[in-house]
Amino acid sequence: MSIEVKSFDTLRQASEVLGGSAQYIAGGTLLMRKVNYGDQSFNQLVQSTDPALKQIQSQGDEILIGAGVTMSEIMQHPQLQFLGEVARSVGGPAIRNMATIGGNLFAPRPYGDMATALLALDANLHWASGQQQSLEQFLERSDAARDIVHSISVRQPPTGAFQYLKVSRVKPKGVSLLTVAVLLNRENGRTGNVRIAFGGMAPEPRRAMAAEQALQGASLDESGIQRCLAACTEGMAPADDSLASSWYRNEVAPVYLKRLLLQRS
Amino acid sequence: MAKKPISFVLNGQDTSVFVEQGGNLLDELRRTVGDLSPKFGCGQGTCGACTVLINGEPQLSCLVLAERVEGQRIDTNGGLAEGPDLHPLQKAFVEGFAAQCGFCSSGMLMAAKALLDRNASPSRDEIAEAISGNLCRCTGYEPIIDAIVVAAENMRRRTT
Ligand SMILES: Cc1cc2nc3c(=O)[nH]c(=O)nc-3n(C[C@H](O)[C@H](O)[C@H](O)COP(=O)(O)OP(=O)(O)OC[C@H]3O[C@@H](n4cnc5c(N)ncnc54)[C@H](O)[C@@H]3O)c2cc1C
Repeated sequence: MSIEVKSFDTLRQASEVLGGSAQYIAGGTLLMRKVNYGDQSFNQLVQSTDPALKQIQSQGDEILIGAGVTMSEIMQHPQLQFLGEVARSVGGPAIRNMATIGGNLFAPRPYGDMATALLALDANLHWASGQQQSLEQFLERSDAARDIVHSISVRQPPTGAFQYLKVSRVKPKGVSLLTVAVLLNRENGRTGNVRIAFGGMAPEPRRAMAAEQALQGASLDESGIQRCLAACTEGMAPADDSLASSWYRNEVAPVYLKRLLLQRS
Repeated sequence: MAKKPISFVLNGQDTSVFVEQGGNLLDELRRTVGDLSPKFGCGQGTCGACTVLINGEPQLSCLVLAERVEGQRIDTNGGLAEGPDLHPLQKAFVEGFAAQCGFCSSGMLMAAKALLDRNASPSRDEIAEAISGNLCRCTGYEPIIDAIVVAAENMRRRTT
C-alpha cells in the first residue's frame, strides 16, 4: 500500500481534508508505527507547517502552547517548568524530541501521561475550526469530531500546587502502569480547590471526582486524607494487561495518591 | 505514487534523493542512500537501533517521515569515524567490549554522541538517562556506560 502525504500551510486547510482515509500526523511517534506495520485504515497523511503549532505564549498566568510543541521543547521552556517533570517522563530522549503535546491527547493507554497532567490542570483545547473545549469534555467523548487541535491553554499553577507521579516498572524509561496528577490549592493549612487525575486507570485519563470531593477542606495528613484515598478508585476501569492486573492497579492507586498528597505537607 | 525529491546534509555531505511518499527515514537511508549504519530493529521506536541525529538531536529514524528532513542535517554512525580513525566513542566501545552482537551499537553511539556534544563530563546517571531509549540485550548496559565514560575522558583530554 502506498501512502500519500499532503502538506498544508495552515491547520485550517489541513483540517478540512481530514476524515475517512486521511490522518493528521504530528510527531508521528504513534502514527508512523501504524504506517510501518501496514495499517490499512488510512492511506493519506496530512501535515501542516502552520507556525501556530510551535508557538508558546503567555497572557497573564495563562499559557497557550501550540499542539506541535514537543516534550523536549516543553522541558527547555522557562515558562513551562511546571510541566517539565511530566514531559521528562514521556519515553526516552529521542521520543521526547519527536512526541508532541497535541499527539499525547490522542494517545491510547498506557500512553497519555501529558494528557493526565493537563486534565488535572484543567487545560482547554483550541481547535483549528475555531472551537474551544475543555480537555475534560474532549476526553469524555471518545467519538469526538475529527478536527485538529491547534493549541492548548493552561493556567500556570501556584508554586507547589501541582504534583505528578508516573509509576513504571522500568527505570529510567518505561510506560506507565498508572499516572497520578494533582492540583491542590491550600487555604489556611486546609485544602481548597482540588483536581485529581489518573492515567492508566480507565481507557482515557480520568478525574477521580469522589476523591476530590472527599479532600475538599480536609487537613493534609494521614487521617485527613483517608476518605479521599478510599474513594479514589470510584468510577475507574483500570486495564488488565501485561503490565499489571486491574486488581493490582486498584490496590496501588490509593498508595501512590497518598505518597503524592503527603509529600507536599 | 510519484516519488518526492528531497535534499539534506548527511554526515556533512549534500545528499539528494527521491523518496517514497510515506516512507520512513530509516528505509530511505538504508535502501535509497545506501547508509546501512542505522539498523532496523522494531519499526516501533521501542529499541532505538535506528537512532540518528537530526540537527544534532537524537530521533528515531524509523518513525520520521522521510520527506520531513528536507534541508536538515542528519548524522549517522556511518559518519562518526574520520577516515581510518574511529571516533573516540567507537574506540571505547570496541576496547571496552561494549558491543557483543553489535546490533544496538549504532543507535547507542548516536545517543551517546548527542549527550557528549552537550555535556562533556556526564555522570553515570546522565549517561543511563541518555541511552534509556536504546535497548541492549547482550551487555547488561554497564560496559556501555563504562565505554561512554572512557570516551568522554579521552575527548576531554584531546581538547585540552
Ligand atoms: C517507544 C515509545 C515510548 C513512548 N512512551 C510514552 C510515554 O512514556 N508516555 C506517553 O504519554 N506516551 C508515550 N509514547 C506515545 C507517544 O510518543 C506520545 O503519546 C506522543 O505525545 C504522541 O504524539 P505524536 O506527536 O508523536 O503523535 P502522532 O503519532 O503524530 O499522532 C498520534 C495520533 O494523534 C492524532 N493527533 C496528533 N496531533 C493532533 C492534533 N494536534 N489534533 C488532532 N489530532 C492529533 C493523530 O492524527 C494520530 O491519530 C511513546 C511512544 C513510543 C513509540
